[in-house]
Amino acid sequence: MQLTVWTYEGPPHVGAMRVATAMKDVHYVLHAPQGDTYADLLFTMIERRSARPPVTYTTFQARDLGSDTAELFKMAAREAYERFQPKAMLVGASCTAELIQDDPGGLALALNLPIPVVPLELPSYQKKENWGAAETFYQIVRKLAKPRAVPKEATAKPSCNILGPSALGFRHRDDVREITGLLERLGVTVNVVAPLGASPDDIARLSEADFNVVLYPEIGMQAASWLTKNFSQPSTKTIPLGMRATREFVAEVAALAKIDAAEFLNTAEADTARAPWYAKSVDSTYLTGKRVFVFGDATHAIAAARVAHEEMGFKVVGIGTYSREFAREIREASKRYDVEALITDDYLDVEAKVQELQPELVLGTQMERHIAKRLGIPCAVISAPVHVQDYPARYSPQMGFEGANVLFDTWVHPLMMGLEEHLLGMFRGDFEFHGESGPSHLGHATPAPLPSSEVAMAHAAAVEAEIAIATAQLVPPESFEVTAVPPPVKPSGPATWDAVAERELAKIPFFVRGKARRNTERYAAEHSIDLITLETLYDAKAHFAR
Amino acid sequence: MNASDSFDCATEEVRTTNTVATSRVIPIGNAAPPVLKQRGQREVFCGLTGIIWLHRKIQDAFFLVVGSRTCAHLIQSAAGVMIFAEPRFATAIIDERDLAGLSDANDELDRVVTRLLERRPDIKLLFLVGSCPSEVIKLDLSRAASRLSRQFDNSVRVLNYSGSGIETTFTQGEDACLASMVPPLPAASVDAPAALMVVGSLADVVEDQFARTFAALGLGPVSFFPPRRSTALPAVGPNTRYILAQPFLADTARALEERGATRIPAPFPLGVEGTTAWISAAAASFGISNATVLSVTKSARERAAAAVSRLRLKLEGKRIFFFPDSQLEIPIARFLSRELGMQLVEVGTPFLHRQHLEQELAMLPTETQLSEGQDVERQLDRCFASNPDIVVCGLGLANPLEARGLTTKWSIELVFTPIQGYEQAADLAELFARPLLRRQLLAA
Repeated sequence: MQLTVWTYEGPPHVGAMRVATAMKDVHYVLHAPQGDTYADLLFTMIERRSARPPVTYTTFQARDLGSDTAELFKMAAREAYERFQPKAMLVGASCTAELIQDDPGGLALALNLPIPVVPLELPSYQKKENWGAAETFYQIVRKLAKPRAVPKEATAKPSCNILGPSALGFRHRDDVREITGLLERLGVTVNVVAPLGASPDDIARLSEADFNVVLYPEIGMQAASWLTKNFSQPSTKTIPLGMRATREFVAEVAALAKIDAAEFLNTAEADTARAPWYAKSVDSTYLTGKRVFVFGDATHAIAAARVAHEEMGFKVVGIGTYSREFAREIREASKRYDVEALITDDYLDVEAKVQELQPELVLGTQMERHIAKRLGIPCAVISAPVHVQDYPARYSPQMGFEGANVLFDTWVHPLMMGLEEHLLGMFRGDFEFHGESGPSHLGHATPAPLPSSEVAMAHAAAVEAEIAIATAQLVPPESFEVTAVPPPVKPSGPATWDAVAERELAKIPFFVRGKARRNTERYAAEHSIDLITLETLYDAKAHFAR
Repeated sequence: MNASDSFDCATEEVRTTNTVATSRVIPIGNAAPPVLKQRGQREVFCGLTGIIWLHRKIQDAFFLVVGSRTCAHLIQSAAGVMIFAEPRFATAIIDERDLAGLSDANDELDRVVTRLLERRPDIKLLFLVGSCPSEVIKLDLSRAASRLSRQFDNSVRVLNYSGSGIETTFTQGEDACLASMVPPLPAASVDAPAALMVVGSLADVVEDQFARTFAALGLGPVSFFPPRRSTALPAVGPNTRYILAQPFLADTARALEERGATRIPAPFPLGVEGTTAWISAAAASFGISNATVLSVTKSARERAAAAVSRLRLKLEGKRIFFFPDSQLEIPIARFLSRELGMQLVEVGTPFLHRQHLEQELAMLPTETQLSEGQDVERQLDRCFASNPDIVVCGLGLANPLEARGLTTKWSIELVFTPIQGYEQAADLAELFARPLLRRQLLAA
């Protein structure tokens, strides 16, 4: 058993729903109890889809368990076929139905429906959403893809499939548009995009492409490998996230398509992409060395870390993923930044890591957005799990040249602007422009600063609280009475701050205060200093000066 | 397959196991229209969803679902509840090792609970909440609960109930939760004076309003169940008279009666009329005259009636269709029909408790089409065919219906919003007026 507060991924049958919902003319009959129908709202509310997901649930109840749940499944499958007239049917079980072992695959085959039926075996107590999506897409491709009937004409343009985009994906809709446009301008025809928007007929003609572009390996890789093996279609390995990766992607595609991309890469499009120039412009100097923590699915985390490091001039202080299937790739990437990879699907571990590292920017999922919000750290979302905000009305891809522009804007936006940062450093006590206020362009109302005597009192109170936390550690646990229990605030060092040093720390603008505290405590620990004074604070500042 | 609906006088629910979509129409009384019963896909939440409001209501309680990743994902997704820094609920996710018997599920549960309570020493009441998988593998949570209660030396009370989808629908989770809290209630002595217990989660603001009204009536002592803190459990005994504030509390009512309490039958406190009838029923039970009730509630009643009448202008004559969801459908339909002049096209409820809703049913227009249970596909067919002005439905259906030109009201909001009592009567009506107004604004 695993204690879980929040979960990064749903169960594997939700992954199957993401594939079914992305496609056309497919229906998924899911052996599941009534509560499992909640999954519909992921699509209709979070993604604001205007149609119900093509899913029929058997919604068996306790009283059915003693009798014939298998018959219930057959009836549901037959009725779903009659009502929805799909061109292919997926059948499977959710976690509860898996336990009653009715074999939806066998039952559905026994119905002799006049359409292909794809049985899905998704072990709910072992696997998760992305795995479920990948497995479902793979099974669909295996079942429905056909070898090419007519050989390709010698004069035909090179063509590819785009694999991986699904329903409920992070910006999949816009990435597909961006990359499709890019490929077409490059002279490569897009044969089929799948699963997003593909029908069973489209899956059947996947083999007509020369190669596959895998945009989301978490979902598309398994099917792509099968296509490589069976139809000799190579796949792209580069994910076009960020300017450099996009250029490498273009080069990789050109090699597979046997075309020359040099001219394309020198066109106005590639050259005038704004992100590289914006990053070079003097205004961006303040971004230098900003400490970022990156967490997400493996694909987005690896790419974001690279963009942060190479294209923004940030310092990657931590990288991690909840995709255990891609732990190896993340560990590989983490070596480039000389950090240890965090592979976990436990939200509390991630929270503890962010607290420990005190980054200046978090690039994460909706979960990290909550962590960052609580810790007062700026955050931009780079990966699923998604929220309704991740489906903006505007065109907002993450991939391709336009995607690189979007990344620049999205990541810089939560930060304090350069000049503002300087002014705050200079005039720390300004009554309306002070270290406690957030970035002024974000317009969050911040409480008016307290009159100075109250400020002093508040600081004193903060010091006391800090001391209380610090001393609490020294007191044996049995005599440590806890009244209210806050989230697990771990004091980051054993040294105590004296009141003067604490007050000085409070003058440091909030967005660097965490780092200053951490550095000072680290310095104190390394130098066996028990009491942090003003001197210690400035010694540490000098010690860690960049 | 079964397209025709059969008519039957049986009151027992039809339990066919070999058909997905059977239906029967069952009359509820002489004058009342028949209740349509169909079986097919039920598009409803399971009882785990109740945790979303219960964990805010009982402020020192923690809800630990013993279930699957699906359960965790459901609670997380159902209400977008990630606003809480550290929620007082979590899921102990059963994994393959537990199922394969490689680890003892009870040992695992003890380990998880110990870790949890170490993190949250403020927790005084822990609910182990059963789920579909825990029910199917027959994990005995009641034994686990008493074992853990002993282990934590009664510093934490551990209770259990099932919120599984195979046994409970949405608000029935609250019923199961409250029913599990009844046995630990302290016993009121046999010669204790008569006391009123208001049963069912209400928003704190509503609870305070009712408490003030009862005080003004000189009615007391009054307790509210569930309490805001688990350490303040109300006593129950033969002189306890309880009044339901929510229509979905069948098991809780039964458990209270086993402890000797008697129910004060009343309509539910929705709308001006319902609130007056509800307060009057409680008052009458304590020998307080209707005249006193009317005089004490006069200003609140008049204020509420005036506010509701302004909304009547917007809602009168509008046709409304309810998909089954919270069991609040019938009292709300009664309010909308009698106080706002709306026309009831179909009123669906996941479960119809005839005894608790006796007075509500009598107040509905005689031609009202009720439906109990659901075959969502056929209900959608009826909904499209009748083309109502507004549809009350769950989150899975709302946007697809809007996209087809229907106006909808999310039913979950009816559970999360303070709607009971005089001061909230117009708020409740406004929940239905706003979607209509919005459609009108956007069409202009």
